[in-house]
Amino acid sequence: MIKAILIFNNHGKPRLSKFYEHYSEDTEQQIIRETFHLVSKRDENVCNFLEGGMLIGGSENELIYRHYATLYFVFCVDSSESELGILDLIQVFVETLDKCFENVCELDLIFHVDKVHNILAEMVMGGMVLETNMNEIITQVDAQNKMEKSEAGIAGAPARAVSAVKNMNLPEMPRNINIGDISIKVPNLPSFK
Amino acid sequence: SRAGFTGPENLSRVNLVLVKHYSQTLYTLYIRSVYHNLSKEAEIKRINKELANIRSKFKGDKALDGYSKKKYVCKLLFIFLLGHDIDFGHMEAVNLLSSNKYTEKQIGYLFISVLVNSNSELIRLINNAIKNDLSSRNPTFMCLALHCIANVGSREMAEAFAGEIPRILVAGDTMDSVKQSAALCLLRLYKASPDLVLMGEWTSRVVHLLNDQHMGVVTAAISLITCLSSKNPDEFKTCVSLAVSRLSRIVSSASTDLQDYTYYFVPAPWLSCKLLRLLQCYPPPEDGAVKGRLVECLETILNKAQEPPKSKKVQHSNAKNAILFEAISLIIHYDSEPNLLVRACNQLGQFLQHRETNLRYLALESMCTLASSEFSHEAVKTHIETVINALKTERDVSVRQRAADLLYAMCDRSNAKQIVAEMLSYLETADYSIREEMVLKVAILAEKYAVDYSWYVDTILNLIRIAGDYVSEEVWYRVIQIVINRDDVQGYAAKTVFEALQAPACHENMVKVGGYILGEFGNLIAGDPRSSPLVQFNLLHSKFHLCSVPTRALLLSAYIKFINLFPETKATIQEVLRSDSQIRNSDVELQQRAVEYLKLSSIASTDVLATVLEEMPPFPERESSILAKLKKKKGPGAVSVELEDGKERGELNGGADRGGEAAIAASNSTPSPSSDLLGLRSAAPVGGPAPSAGSLLVDVFSEAGSAPPSAASEDPAPPLFVCKNNGVLFENQLLQIGIKSEYRQNLGRMYLFYGNKTSVQFVSFTTTVSCPGELQSHILKCIPSLTHTKPVEPLVEGGAQVQQVINIECLTDFVDAPLLNIKFRYGGALQNITLKLPVTINKFFQPTEMAAADFFQRWKQLSQPQQEAQKIFKASHGMDTEVLKAKLLGLGTALLENVDPNPENYVCAGVIQTKIQQVGCLLRLEPNAQAQVAPPPPPTHTHTHTHLCAHALDSHTASVCPSLCGSHCITHCTHLHVITRYCIYVKDPHRVGSSKSH
Repeated sequence: MIKAILIFNNHGKPRLSKFYEHYSEDTEQQIIRETFHLVSKRDENVCNFLEGGMLIGGSENELIYRHYATLYFVFCVDSSESELGILDLIQVFVETLDKCFENVCELDLIFHVDKVHNILAEMVMGGMVLETNMNEIITQVDAQNKMEKSEAGIAGAPARAVSAVKNMNLPEMPRNINIGDISIKVPNLPSFK
Repeated sequence: SRAGFTGPENLSRVNLVLVKHYSQTLYTLYIRSVYHNLSKEAEIKRINKELANIRSKFKGDKALDGYSKKKYVCKLLFIFLLGHDIDFGHMEAVNLLSSNKYTEKQIGYLFISVLVNSNSELIRLINNAIKNDLSSRNPTFMCLALHCIANVGSREMAEAFAGEIPRILVAGDTMDSVKQSAALCLLRLYKASPDLVLMGEWTSRVVHLLNDQHMGVVTAAISLITCLSSKNPDEFKTCVSLAVSRLSRIVSSASTDLQDYTYYFVPAPWLSCKLLRLLQCYPPPEDGAVKGRLVECLETILNKAQEPPKSKKVQHSNAKNAILFEAISLIIHYDSEPNLLVRACNQLGQFLQHRETNLRYLALESMCTLASSEFSHEAVKTHIETVINALKTERDVSVRQRAADLLYAMCDRSNAKQIVAEMLSYLETADYSIREEMVLKVAILAEKYAVDYSWYVDTILNLIRIAGDYVSEEVWYRVIQIVINRDDVQGYAAKTVFEALQAPACHENMVKVGGYILGEFGNLIAGDPRSSPLVQFNLLHSKFHLCSVPTRALLLSAYIKFINLFPETKATIQEVLRSDSQIRNSDVELQQRAVEYLKLSSIASTDVLATVLEEMPPFPERESSILAKLKKKKGPGAVSVELEDGKERGELNGGADRGGEAAIAASNSTPSPSSDLLGLRSAAPVGGPAPSAGSLLVDVFSEAGSAPPSAASEDPAPPLFVCKNNGVLFENQLLQIGIKSEYRQNLGRMYLFYGNKTSVQFVSFTTTVSCPGELQSHILKCIPSLTHTKPVEPLVEGGAQVQQVINIECLTDFVDAPLLNIKFRYGGALQNITLKLPVTINKFFQPTEMAAADFFQRWKQLSQPQQEAQKIFKASHGMDTEVLKAKLLGLGTALLENVDPNPENYVCAGVIQTKIQQVGCLLRLEPNAQAQVAPPPPPTHTHTHTHLCAHALDSHTASVCPSLCGSHCITHCTHLHVITRYCIYVKDPHRVGSSKSH
């Protein structure tokens, strides 16, 4: 059984937490911190498995994690799960996010908490795996998006406009614009470093 | 892989879009969380402002549109994720559930699954919404509802839906996606409340889901079936053949057959793993055809591992190997196909040297279980060099730890010396996090496989030298026990510790072992002038000032032993003892030892000295406490290898050849505690101060053989139990006695639970119940009887609990309580505990309900002064009506409501049932806020047969009342006035008459 799924960034900021067993809110936060502490001190290229922290059951549970650029994806599982299977599952999850958000990045997880939860719910339910087929998952998510759009009506207009802009076909622009050297001024925002 | 998070340019692109799209708040939070440029206080301030804003939006008059509701709920979720409490919005979320719009319903369910826990009061409302959605026949809504049940999983939900969900699961017209959700939802409910999920009629249809067309349904169903099978293997055993045929179809299919469920060229890897796990719930199939098919599958999986990869992607090899490792687990689980076992072992051997760290880790882990199979133990052993190499060279501590586990598992007599040597050398550089465990493992292996005890002594001393800080008490206690019990190694041990102490800096644990061993066996090496008595003493004493108090205390004891062993050192040692730093030491323990040892050495004759300071007798044989400690550290599974290995047990206990004999000797002899310098016999609870240190010196000077029992008898029958039937009757550092009792009429049954709180077994454990004084003449009959018809086991294992049942019959009234005496040996010391059993006359009360008129009529009838007992006492604490009522009910009487005209008063009625008579009692309790109440009339004693009863009642009102006052029920300015009136009937067709006492 999967006990918890945690996503946090390189600084330990939680980006998604889903617990399949009940813990108090405080304990949940402590588990996230403890897990970050355990995982983040490990080198790259070591193995992806380690014993769970004390708070989440110690050596009875295993942490299986993957590190993608700015984010750690950590699954805490008991001994009934296949380690490599879970590693594949993480990959399926990330690939699915990537397809749904088109080049997913950390911000997508922040601004679309609900979508990320929905995608996860199509894969894992009550700590057990519901579906591993990415196409099936995406079909479900797309169907939900469609329903959402059809319901959005006038209130959804701004969002639709934005997504229209986002999806606009501008062939002359490369997909990833390197704007590292262009300084963009956004007048109505606090400056950030 | 395309899967992204690919760096800053990607981030900034999305940044530009989202900034326009979302409100400032989230943006600021994001900035703060990415760049840490907001202080914690500023974040809290910002969040509180936002929370206030959302709250006002929710409470505002203007109805929010769907988009805004969603926006605010998402914000709340994000704020919760950052670790802030959300204390509102629940009701709004519940309202969203009944919306017809998917968007609103979905966000409502999301909020609930993240923020509502199983004991929320909202569950009833949520259940209603779920019920509607489940019956809506809209698959999306049904899935949302099923998800919500699986997320919350409370008992109320199980009660509401456990009947409905199996129906949805097996119904022919249910959509596949709903079936999937229903299967896992049911699993969740089954885990939370197995009693509510009755599979009975559904069993066979659920098992047949393994044949479902849709692989997603099979994926979800198999988790459910695996869980149900592991709990009820017989009912579900038809799943074995179905699972085998499904597996066979997957394994033998060309990778393209399964289309969407092919993952990086591997057909349905997840499902294959799950099928192989399911089969691990069962023994090998009995049906030859099924078994043949399964063996074929397993062989195919092993063969595929040797084929060249179809893709260079790591996902391909992961998926393929996930199946392979599960197949190997199944082969190990069956442990019956030598051919497959050896192939599995060879395959794992290849992985041991694989360049993927994950595979090396998993191979080491699987091999650990393989090492315990007799077919493959030898094959595993051939990889010893590789494993040792892994221990030395792996970069990853997780992998090194698995290597250490495997070395421990593959160790046997033939390779013990090599493995122990390698583990010792690894210890010098091992990670701090695993050192303690390594030390325990080395100590256990060294003891278990010691043929030659000098090797054992060397190993443990090396252990102390290399990792002294991680050597726990158990480890060095154990080496001393073994040296004392084996005279062939004593001389060698003395020589070795003497040499080890020569090192300029040696660990304090080494000084402890050295001090103890030289104190006992220094004479064995004293012949050599290089280790003459004085040299030994000077060596030990050179370490003295660097040591902690307990070690110094131990050294002082070693010195007094030296005086006995080597009279020529007497003057020197007395000089040391007499010095101010000893005899005036600020530490009481050290000072006392110095004073008393000095005195002992000056006044006792050589003979007395020789008796008092005689060599330690052998320790009783017992399970190594080190093993117990490792078990505690690693959980029960970790050391199962030893436990299954019955033949080795004797050796674990310090030498098979003498095991039995010594055990008998130990239980018969009463070794004088005075010679127990370390307190080893009452082996210290881990980390605590040496427990016998305090009594040690008393023992030294007491008359031989009359050592006082170490636990004084605990006197009082706790007033606590007058109104209570269950609880902890007694507890000290060693033993806990729990009690559960029930009474009906004049009969009672009492369950006593004796719990050994230590890790060491209690020997010669006996309990006796006696009825002192008048009780003895069968006034109260106590027949201890045992649940398992045999007497209480004379051995109570460390951590174990034994149960005893006592049947009680009340013949007539009584005052004193029966006594329970418990005797056992803990280590060497006899423990003797006497307790009063909490049997009081009020236990035999039968409550009697009666109406007001009835009560007062009877009350008036019992008007003679002899029929009344009064007691007035002062309350010491605040008065709580409920507590007071509970106490009165606990007394056993019926509490009669609305009987007394004064609502402040309490009245109760009950009949005490004994074999020969019944005593009807009416009780009235008058709390009185005005201070002064007349004292009760002085009791007058008569000598009728009823006297006893009255006395008993009186003494019990007395004992009940303090318990009333003592247990915080009555205000400081209130007085309680208890009046009990009673009449006694002899159980006879004829009522003999009510009688009086005082």
